[in-house]
Amino acid sequence: MAPVRAALMITCLGDVFFPEVGVAMVRLLRGLGVDVEFPEGQTCCGMPLFNSGYHHDAAQVAARTVKVFERTEHVVVPSGSCAWMVKTEYPGLLKHDPLLRAAAESLARRTRELSQFLVEVLGVTRIDSPFEGKVTYHDSCHLLRGLGESAAPRGLLRGVPGVDLVELPGADQCCGFGGSFSVRLPEVSSAILDKKLANVEATGARCLVACDAGCLMQMGGGLTRRGSAVKAVHLAQVLSGEVPS
Amino acid sequence: MSDALLRTPFPERAGAALKDTFLQEALTIATTKFIDLRKEAFAGFPPGEALRDRARAIKEATLQHLDVHLERLADSVERLGGIVHWAATAEEAREIVLRLARDRGVRMAVKSKSMATEEIDLNEALEHAGITPVETDLGEYIIQLAHEKPSHIIAPAIHKTKGQVAELFSRELHGAFAADPEVLTAVARKALREKFLQADMGITGANFAVADTGTVVLVTNEGNGRMVTSLPRIHVALMGIEKVIPSMSDLVVFLAILARSATGQKLSSYTTLVRGPRRAGELEGPEEFHLILLDNGRARQIASTLREALYCLRCGACLNVCPVYRQIGGHAYGYTYPGPIGILLTAMLKGNGSVRELAHASSLCGACKDVCPVRIDIPRMLVELREHLDREKIAPWSERMVFRAFRRLLLSPAAFRLSARAGRWLQRPFVRAGRLRGLPLLFGNWTRTRDLPPVAARTFRERWKELG
Repeated sequence: MAPVRAALMITCLGDVFFPEVGVAMVRLLRGLGVDVEFPEGQTCCGMPLFNSGYHHDAAQVAARTVKVFERTEHVVVPSGSCAWMVKTEYPGLLKHDPLLRAAAESLARRTRELSQFLVEVLGVTRIDSPFEGKVTYHDSCHLLRGLGESAAPRGLLRGVPGVDLVELPGADQCCGFGGSFSVRLPEVSSAILDKKLANVEATGARCLVACDAGCLMQMGGGLTRRGSAVKAVHLAQVLSGEVPS
Repeated sequence: MSDALLRTPFPERAGAALKDTFLQEALTIATTKFIDLRKEAFAGFPPGEALRDRARAIKEATLQHLDVHLERLADSVERLGGIVHWAATAEEAREIVLRLARDRGVRMAVKSKSMATEEIDLNEALEHAGITPVETDLGEYIIQLAHEKPSHIIAPAIHKTKGQVAELFSRELHGAFAADPEVLTAVARKALREKFLQADMGITGANFAVADTGTVVLVTNEGNGRMVTSLPRIHVALMGIEKVIPSMSDLVVFLAILARSATGQKLSSYTTLVRGPRRAGELEGPEEFHLILLDNGRARQIASTLREALYCLRCGACLNVCPVYRQIGGHAYGYTYPGPIGILLTAMLKGNGSVRELAHASSLCGACKDVCPVRIDIPRMLVELREHLDREKIAPWSERMVFRAFRRLLLSPAAFRLSARAGRWLQRPFVRAGRLRGLPLLFGNWTRTRDLPPVAARTFRERWKELG
């Protein structure tokens, strides 16, 4: 059987701030027999523009992204929010050009957030990862409410023999990131974060796992600032066993 | 809301709320309780999800022919002997109430809870005209005594702890009352009993008005709504024009989900159905019934991006789950309607210029959309509202330029790569133990409370080649 071919949409935050997540993802996917590509023309899905109301500008970025990923069978994204953007908003943003719209709809069908790709396309249930320890999982808003996914990441974590997954109280509540919201209303954003991190620390977990670079930047930034022993890590890092110590 | 409050920029109002420890305690307790009760109510009610879809469909269809339904409602109310008034603006609505009160020698008006009367600042107008308004919903009574405004759509005094209420009652009602909800309720009940008997006019809002039958429906929990609609000789009901529904069978759909969404109750303790004034031979009810249909900017939104906000049932569920509302409470928003739906309603009623900052008071987490009984897509509408702020040049010029520059960066991989390299160089003075702290400008808004990961020594793009 021909190997599954998937293009990695690394996302702007993933590329610039969390390259180790991308590396973990590549190793994980290759370990599962996936032929991974990286279209080098990619930059960002344009969600920051879209969320702040700059839709005309976001549409230009969307048009470009659609072309960059035109030819791959699958597109895998390490962030639920960027996957949501491509799947939910691109067709609407490009509705005025029938060809682009069709291409956007095709990309929307081919694009998946990492945990969904692993479960839906590869049918992964058990993961051979050396990771050991107690973890807790934060549902990022766009993966949970935007893409309706809460089971896949939890199932994958439970599929790692050494993982002890404890539920996070209020796991479905926002971490306070919200893109530019985090700097437009920093005090409010941080107050929301404080509540989240108090819950995280109460679980006694060693790692806080999420499937979104935005949430990881917010929660990780809060954890190190308060000198917490808990590490914010991406699902890919647990699954590939590449959690920094 | 007072202009003095609005002169303080929104971020400062929000910041003050964050520092108010009473507010923080009261908000956390109350919103958590509401969230849990709602969740339980729908978990034990399998038809709930389908009824939410049905309710949304009724609202959609009714708005398509709003004029027809309103005419029918007016006819039905008039057939019952009621009098219908049309108010295009808040000012017109106030004038109608004041004229009625003056012509009929009204000196005191008792009120049941109504956001529509808050929207038109009716109490201030009545007081100005020498007529005493008395709020009879416990929460409204509390904030009236405290000279405040509601901070939640269904729980107006949600921002107060029971200790604060005990203090307030002790001071205003001259006694020494314990911080015990039962004691305080009894105190209010006793004080309000007299007012019900003295008042010449009862003023209510309307949760629904049924076009076919002319029924005005009030959903309440304290029984005060019944007294307000039956004891005084005149009953005036004020409703936004979007509250009309076609028939009684539609009402059943809404009643099944409204209280569940608001308080987690199957039904509220009282569902009051008012049909016109007292008829010949009836022993109770008002001699006169007036229904005021308030537009105040609603009709022009029927074809706009804010259209869905007209579906709102005012249940407050979106406030309870909103991470921003839960942190700052209702007053910081600065207008009659707080929370995520409040931002949309404020834009609708006061214009886009009034929500320049408020439009961004959401992390777009989507929790509001999930709990809305009629599934209003609030996050999407907020994003569309933000688009209008750009298009109408209400958003600050500097912000618009920054985002335009950002777009150019995203359209060019070379520029994108170059900016990562520039960032790596510029960040050097701020790296502490592998983290960025104390950054200047807008970045400082992040690093005041959180660390930022530095631009990686090598980006993924740069590492990809070795992975090959």
